[in-house]
Amino acid sequence: MSRTLVSVPKTAKVGEVIDIRAMIAHPMETGYRMGPNGQAIPRKIIRHFACEYDGEEVFSAEFHPAVSANPFVAFSTVATKSGALTFRWTDDDGKVETASAEIAVS
Amino acid sequence: MAFRLAFAAALLCAGIAVAQEIPPGERRSGTDFMSAETRAIQADDGSNPGMLWVLQGESLWKEPAGASRRSCASCHGEAATSMRDVAARYPAFDTASGAPVDLAGKIDQCRTTRQHAAGLPRESEELLGLSTYVGHQSRGLPIAPPDDPRLHAARAEGKRLFETRMGQLDLSCSSCHDANWRGRLGGSAVTQAHPTGYPIYRLEWQAVGSLQRRMRGCMVGVRAEPFAYGSAEFIALELYLAERAAGLALETPAVRP
Amino acid sequence: MNVRETGLIGRRGLILAGGAGLLVLALPPARALARPSLQEAVNGFTGGKPVETGKVKLDVPPLVENGNAVGVTVAVESPMTAGDHVRRIALFNEKNPQADVAVFTLGPRTGRGRLSTRIRLATSQTLIAVAELSDGSYWSSSANVIVTLAACIEDLS
Ligand code: HEC
Ligand code: HEC
Repeated sequence: MSRTLVSVPKTAKVGEVIDIRAMIAHPMETGYRMGPNGQAIPRKIIRHFACEYDGEEVFSAEFHPAVSANPFVAFSTVATKSGALTFRWTDDDGKVETASAEIAVS
Repeated sequence: MAFRLAFAAALLCAGIAVAQEIPPGERRSGTDFMSAETRAIQADDGSNPGMLWVLQGESLWKEPAGASRRSCASCHGEAATSMRDVAARYPAFDTASGAPVDLAGKIDQCRTTRQHAAGLPRESEELLGLSTYVGHQSRGLPIAPPDDPRLHAARAEGKRLFETRMGQLDLSCSSCHDANWRGRLGGSAVTQAHPTGYPIYRLEWQAVGSLQRRMRGCMVGVRAEPFAYGSAEFIALELYLAERAAGLALETPAVRP
Repeated sequence: MNVRETGLIGRRGLILAGGAGLLVLALPPARALARPSLQEAVNGFTGGKPVETGKVKLDVPPLVENGNAVGVTVAVESPMTAGDHVRRIALFNEKNPQADVAVFTLGPRTGRGRLSTRIRLATSQTLIAVAELSDGSYWSSSANVIVTLAACIEDLS
């Protein structure tokens, strides 16, 4: 089920700095909350996010429980060549979710 | 007791006003009361977390389900066309059940009677996803409650409920949302309680939730026993809220603090 | 949010008693005490190297409606070339149960030394952004945020 949302411009000029936004549906359970039964709700967060483009990781992030639910990041990259930007989110259990977006660079 | 006093004090700060319906010219969406930051989250689809639920609804729309193995799309086609304006006219009268039904109830009805699938519980991720997706197709359109005589009784009941004092704090919806909508309570704007953005992404919930969940929050706030999800009372309230907000543009998925 | 969601009455009481400043008391005390100070957290990131003020702009609204999603933008003055760029940007908070918020890794291909995210703040407090540049220097900027909370908070049960 698609629960990630990335926005990347469809086209760009070589060398242009482009804006990117990425979001994933995830509760980012802190591990500090109590359930109705008084038991601590176990921590479960997205720990790592990375964006790869043209053979290289151009941006990455390490998240802690203080990052909001449905974590959102906005950053940029330099348009180098046409192709896919791939996005990767890894949670506490090592489960990986990915998304990708194509860009045409001229 | 302390709470009652604190609430009363909060309302006093807001200035005592007599409950009176808000004239059409003064009707304003909850969005107008939010901080610039919260408005910015809502305004940009790439940063509005509610769009994650829209996406989920879109995949469910296309997915065959139940004994019929039919998808919503197999009967309704492109939602952008078939569902455009639908949310603007709900709740509506449902001939099958002979009672008013809200959008989530209607979707669940198609799910059970047409897809022959298990019903979707209120506030389940699936029903919220589908309702947000269908609601989103009416974004920008004015709320247009149907002038169906079969809805009159329930709408009048909704108005009565809205104006009935309830809970240990003995306040009606109207005490806050008609009489003190300019005020603030514990840091938040009271607002006019218009159902323009539902289902909404609420920062407090860190998730999308329905109008009924939002109303339950207010009922718990005045320490009243909230109505049950899907109850005739909530549908009556939804009918009245839609009439009260007639003409305001839908914003689904709105973001609220 | 780093608080018990079940304590409706307690929480409302606190809110009405004058803002969210006391919410951290609802946390398990052991954890609340165990967290490093803001300074210790920054030292952990820089390896004790000196941190200069400047070059970094930390943008947060001074007053936020809900601590569950506070928009933060960090912008660092840098040409972002192979020889002169931002390597990492870390965000720390003063009063959440953990000092760390996030650490971002950038490079010349990032194009700009700038990013935005949304974070949780358990209460009104100070935030600090620290940037590590490619020459090994550290720069920082801090900001104070006042957190108000939604008034009608429902019971989870
Ligand atoms: C087998 C065909 C079929 C399937 C599958 C189906 N529907 Fe329907 N749906 C109908 C028909 C026919 C109507 C109009 C009659 C009625 O109101 O019941 C309708 C009405 C509706 C309406 C009310 C439209 C209005 O203008 O008032 C909504 C909303 C709706 N469907 C949503 C859905 C969703 C969401 C799904 C998938 C979960 C779905 N339907 C699956 C046949 C279907
Ligand atoms: C004590 C005052 C008070 C009472 C009584 C009250 N509310 Fe509210 N209501 C609020 C506040 C304050 C908010 C805004 C909360 C926020 O943003 O955190 C709100 C928000 C809402 C919203 C959300 C509006 C939007 O823009 O999305 C709706 C709908 C609503 N209330 C309906 C009701 C209904 C229906 C009742 C009666 C059952 C009711 N309220 C009773 C104070 C009240």
